[in-house]
Amino acid sequence: MGDWIGTRVKRKEDPKLLTGNGYFTDDIKLTGMLFAAVLRSPYAHARIKQIQVDEALKLPGIQAVYTAKDLIGKVKAVPTIWAVPDCGLKNKARSPLALEKVHYVGEGVAFVVGENRYVVKDALELIEVEYEELPAVVDQETASKEGAPLVHEDVERNIAFHWQPTTVPDEVFTQAEVVVKQRFIEQRVVPSPMETRGAVAQYNAGSGEMTIWCTSQNPHIHRMTYSEILGIPESRLRIIAPDVGGGFGAKIAVYTEEALTAHAARDLKRPIKWIEDRREHFVATNHARDEIIDVELAGTKDGKITALRVRNTANLGAYVSTMGAAVPTLCFGLMAPGAYDIPKVGVEVCGVFTNTTPTDAYRGAGKPEATFQIERIVDVFAEEVGLDPIEVRRKNLIPPDKMPYPTAMGCLYDSGDYHHALNVALEKINYEDFRKEQEALRQQGRYVGIGFSTYVELCGLGPSKVAGATGFQGGLWENATVRVHPTGSVSVFTGISPHGQGEGTTFAQVVGEKFGIPIEDIEIVHGDTQSISMGWGTYGSRSTAVGGAAVSIAADRVLQKARKIAAFELEANESELIFEKGVFSVAGSPDKKRTFKEIAKSANFAWNLPEKMEPALEAQSFFDPENFVYPYGTHICIVEVDGETGEVELKRYIAVDDVGRVINPMIAEGQVHGGIAQGVGQALWEGAIYSEGGQLLSGTFMDYTMPKARFFPTIETAFTEVLSPVNPLGAKGVGETGTTAAPPAVVNAVMDALKPFGVRDLAMPLTPEKVWKAMQKGR
Amino acid sequence: MEAGKRKVSVNVNGEGRSAEVEARQLLVHYLRDELHLTGTHIGCDTSQCGACTVLLNGEAVKSCTVLAVQAQGGEVTTVEGLGNREQLHPIQQGFWEKHGLQCGFCTPGVMMAVVSLLEDNPNPTEEEIREGLEGVICRCTGYQYIVSAVQHAIQLIAQAKSEEVHMGGGS
Repeated sequence: MGDWIGTRVKRKEDPKLLTGNGYFTDDIKLTGMLFAAVLRSPYAHARIKQIQVDEALKLPGIQAVYTAKDLIGKVKAVPTIWAVPDCGLKNKARSPLALEKVHYVGEGVAFVVGENRYVVKDALELIEVEYEELPAVVDQETASKEGAPLVHEDVERNIAFHWQPTTVPDEVFTQAEVVVKQRFIEQRVVPSPMETRGAVAQYNAGSGEMTIWCTSQNPHIHRMTYSEILGIPESRLRIIAPDVGGGFGAKIAVYTEEALTAHAARDLKRPIKWIEDRREHFVATNHARDEIIDVELAGTKDGKITALRVRNTANLGAYVSTMGAAVPTLCFGLMAPGAYDIPKVGVEVCGVFTNTTPTDAYRGAGKPEATFQIERIVDVFAEEVGLDPIEVRRKNLIPPDKMPYPTAMGCLYDSGDYHHALNVALEKINYEDFRKEQEALRQQGRYVGIGFSTYVELCGLGPSKVAGATGFQGGLWENATVRVHPTGSVSVFTGISPHGQGEGTTFAQVVGEKFGIPIEDIEIVHGDTQSISMGWGTYGSRSTAVGGAAVSIAADRVLQKARKIAAFELEANESELIFEKGVFSVAGSPDKKRTFKEIAKSANFAWNLPEKMEPALEAQSFFDPENFVYPYGTHICIVEVDGETGEVELKRYIAVDDVGRVINPMIAEGQVHGGIAQGVGQALWEGAIYSEGGQLLSGTFMDYTMPKARFFPTIETAFTEVLSPVNPLGAKGVGETGTTAAPPAVVNAVMDALKPFGVRDLAMPLTPEKVWKAMQKGR
Repeated sequence: MEAGKRKVSVNVNGEGRSAEVEARQLLVHYLRDELHLTGTHIGCDTSQCGACTVLLNGEAVKSCTVLAVQAQGGEVTTVEGLGNREQLHPIQQGFWEKHGLQCGFCTPGVMMAVVSLLEDNPNPTEEEIREGLEGVICRCTGYQYIVSAVQHAIQLIAQAKSEEVHMGGGS
C-alpha cells in the first residue's frame, strides 16, 4: 500500500459544507428567476371534471398556470426506464400532469409560476378543480383481486407484471423432511433524504440550450430521459447536479416536476425554480419496499436447506417508476437464496398497481427485501429443526472453496469467505455466556434476544450486457477522465454523481496513490453533463466498484504516458525507471530524476516529446465490468424488550462487512453506520401508512418516525477484506450493506427475545404497541 | 415601503442587516432569500428536522418556524458566522476530523444545535449528547460520527482554553 489507499483521510468536500458554502439546488439564484409550485390531488382516485384557473391567474405576481391540456405535444409522458422483459409488463407512462384522472394523493394537477415562493402557494388555493371521486385501492392483495377498482382501466386486476424466472416442483416440498412456510411483510417506507427534490431551469431562447440544475443521483440518465420528454436534443440539454443533500435512491428516478420546470422556463423565457416542501416530498417522491413475501423452505432434519420457493406481491403504486419494475424482480429475485448453498430456488413476483405514490429504489433496492425473507426463514427453520441459528447458518453458508459460486438464480458470486466473516463477528461476543445470561434474565422477567444476519448482496451495477438482457434502457459502464494540468494539479471527471458518499475524497485517494502526489492537488469533478462526457450515476453501490475502477484505469494510462516521457527525458529505458512518491528516477543513477510535476509540464508544453507522441497528459477510460460484485458479512444485534411497554432497546449492534478493498476506512464506516440506522429504522420505527381511502396518514416527520441519535448505541464495525476479482480496485461497494443486513438482524433478535411468548413473527416496524400486544397474547 | 411590507433589521453574524419583507415571511427565507445566507437549510415544514437551526439572541431556534418580524432588533448567528475555511470553529473542526457529515445538508443546523448544547452543558456524556441532538435529524450518518465530532469538538475547545490560560499566564 502507498500513502493514500486504506487511510482515514479527512474529506476534501467538507470545508465548504461546514462553512455554509455548499451549493444546493435551492441556493441557486438567477436574474429574473420565477418560482413554481404544484397543485396536487387530494384524492387517491378521481376523475377530473374541470379545472378553473382564472382566479389564480388574476392574482398579482402570477405569470402562468399550466394544466395537462397545455402540455399536449410539448411535454411527453414519463416512462419507466427498466422495462423488465418476459413478464408482460404494462408500462403505463406518467402524464406530466394528470389529464383525465388522478391516480394517487399527490399526483400533480396544475403547475403555477409566479414572482416568489409565497405567491405561487397562494395561487394554488385559488385553483378550483372539480373531481368525481372513484373507489380507491391501496394494498396489493386487494388490488389484484377480481372486481377491485382499476387504477388504469385497461390493466386487468391491476397486475402490471408477472415474473417467474425459476420454479421448483411441488414434489420437492412434499417429499422434503422438513418444510417451513412464512409470510413476511416488507412495509412501505419513505427514503427521506434531508434535502427534498427541486429543480432550477434556464433556457436560452437564442441558442435553444436548456440547463437544468436538479437534485439528481444520475444527471446523464436525467439528460437522456428529459431530452425525450422535452424534445430537446441531449447536445443542447445540460443537467447539473450541484451539491445534493442525500438521495438513497429517491433521486434516481425520472419525475414530472423537473420536466415541468424546464418546460415553463422554455415557455416563459425566464429561469424558474421549483422546490418541493417536505409534505409534498412525502407524496410526490418515490416510496419504497411494500412487498408481501410468502416463503417456503425445504430442508433436512439435520438443518440442510434443500429448496426455497418465494412469492413476492409487490405494490408498485400508481405507475411503474423508473426502476420500479426491476427492484422487486431482478434486484429481489436474484438475491432470494442469500449467502446459502441452495440447489433449488423458485421465484415468482407479481407487480400490482394501487392508488398510492409509486415505489422505486431505496438504499439496497430489492436486496434488503431478499435478505429479510431468507434471513428470517433460516431462523424459522432453525427453530423448527431445533438447532441454533448459527449452526444452521454454518451448515448452509457457501464455503470459500466454492468461490466463485454460481447460484440457482444464475448469479456468480465473485469472491468471499462468508464463514470467516461470521467467525469474526462471533469473536466480538461471548455467545455461550450470552445464552446463559439470557436464560437467567428470563427468570427475572427480562427479555433479551440476539439476532444474526449473514447477508450477501448484488452490487456494482453492473455489466451493460446484463442491463440490456434485463430491459434497462441504458448502459451500466462507467467513464473517467484524468487530466493533468501543466503545473501538475489534476482534475478527474467521473460519471458517477456522489451526494454524500465521499468520492470527492476516495477517488482523489485512488489517483493520489497512483501518482504519488498529495490529494490536495487532485479535484474530482462530477454531476455536470457538460463537463463529463457520459456516465450512469450513483446507485446500486456502483460508484467505487465501477466508477472508481474507471478512474483507476485512466490514472494508469496517464502514468504509462508519463513514464514514456520520463524515460525519454532521462535517456533511459522504461524498464530502468523507478517511480516512487511522485518521482521517476533511473535505477542505479538516483540523480537522474523527473518529478510528476515536471512531466506534466513537458507533456502539456510539448516542446520536446518522444517521436509521434501526442501532446498533453490526459486519459479517459470506459469501464464495463464483467460481473457484479457481492459484498457480504455478518451483522449481530442484541436487544432487550421491555416486558411492561413492549419497547425494543438496542443493546449492541455489531457489523462485520466485507466490501472488498476499503479505500478510506472512516468514510466506509460512515456508510455502514448510516445504512444500519436506516435498516434499524425500517425494523423498528418507520412505516408509510395509508388509510383505506388512500390518504397518506404518515405524511410529515411528525407522523413518520425518523431515527434519532438517542435511539442507537455505539455501532461496532469491522471489515474483512477479500478483494473482488471483478475490478482493478478489488472494491465491492459499501453503501447498501446496512439497510440490507440490519432489518433481519434486528427482527431476529426481537423474535429471539420473545421466544417465551411463542411469537414466531411480527411485521415491521416492531413498534412497542405491536410487541406489547404479542406479549399479552403469549402470556 | 411597498404596501404590506415591513422593514426588518437584524444583527446577523455581527453585522447590521435589514430588508423589507412581508409580515408572513419566515426567518429562514429572510436569511436565505433576502440576505443571501444560504448556509441555513430547510429540511421539513414542521420543525422536526432542525436543518434550519440558527441562534436567535443566543438561543437555538428553528428558523422555519420563526417569522422574520419576530427577529426584529435581535441578534442572529448562522453557520456563516461560526468560522471560515481559514479558521474553523472547533465544532466545524470536530465535524471535519471525525466525519460528522456526509451529504452536508443537515450539518449547518446540527452544528448550530451543538453550539447551543455545549453552551448549556460544556461536558456532556455520550448519552447527553445523543439526547441533546433530539431536535435534529440526519439521514446519512446514523449519528455515530456526529457524536464523535461533538466529543472531539469538546476536546478542541478545552485545548484552546488551556492554551489561552497558558499564554495569559506567560504574558
